[in-house]
Amino acid sequence: MAQRLNVSPTRMELTRLKARVKVARRGHKLLKDKRDEMVRQFLELVRENRALREQVEVKITAALQSFVLTRAVTPEQKLEEAIMIPTRSVELEVGKKNVMSVYCPVIQYREVYDADVSPYPYSFSSTSEQLDSAIQNLSGILPAMLDLAEKEKSCQLLADEIEKTRRRVNALEYVMIPQMDDTIRYIKMKLDEDERGSRIRLMKVKDMIAERDRQEVLARYAKEA
Amino acid sequence: MSVMYKIGVVGERDAILGFKSLGLDVFAAYEEEEISRTLNTLARNDYAVIFITEETAMKAKETIDKYTSRPFPAIILIPGAKGSTGIGMMAIKESVEKAIGTDILFKED
Repeated sequence: MAQRLNVSPTRMELTRLKARVKVARRGHKLLKDKRDEMVRQFLELVRENRALREQVEVKITAALQSFVLTRAVTPEQKLEEAIMIPTRSVELEVGKKNVMSVYCPVIQYREVYDADVSPYPYSFSSTSEQLDSAIQNLSGILPAMLDLAEKEKSCQLLADEIEKTRRRVNALEYVMIPQMDDTIRYIKMKLDEDERGSRIRLMKVKDMIAERDRQEVLARYAKEA
Repeated sequence: MSVMYKIGVVGERDAILGFKSLGLDVFAAYEEEEISRTLNTLARNDYAVIFITEETAMKAKETIDKYTSRPFPAIILIPGAKGSTGIGMMAIKESVEKAIGTDILFKED
């Protein structure tokens, strides 16, 4: 039994509560629908997210391994010098997408580079060829990485929102609505009880008046006789 | 959208150097304090996506969790030079558990 609300059992309060419980039921239904739809979309997204992450992890690991190999054969200063000044840069344009009132990021990237300048910011003569392939590998996975970033962030945000919505749904379903229902029942019973009480009182009073009248009549007859 | 956002990479020097050649901004960080400071600075400075290596991420979990519920920046774990440790996947698993209450995606395997 849920705890009753602390309100005075009056007809006005009853009307107010009835309106409130109606709103709460409607809100509960809407939130429940919202939650269900969000879970559906979330599952879809998380599956994509997982597949993408698997791919990207494998690719990054491979690319980094070739990079580590490069490090092994190139002196540190040489390597740092070789890639110190990149010839290209990446700019992101970030938009928002509304998925069930959750603002998910939409990432669009643009590589800024000069077509005339090679993507390798060093002279081929001073570095090993492993570096070339390492960089090529890495630049190949950048789009996938950004895609992953977008999906993963959306998943996180959606998960957050689903948790919040679930709490709200549960709070309405198991606390608020039962509480109000109980209070409504309590007020109704109390009002009915009051009504019965006043009816009994009226009946009692009527009986008392009838009895008094009877006594008066009897007394009058006795005097006349 | 007029503001141009940037991409940052945080991690061990070995693992992140390669990303520099792609034009990403790389930041080497090793100690917990250093890592969180870097992350906070990046978050304030229009970095929309921050890739962080798994080993580095483990050291600064609190700071990363702080940004999980915000739209930006997206902090994404990537495997470090030693290969994937699986905690990137764990993060997805965690968000599934958070949303659904139980793990229904990863059970089958």
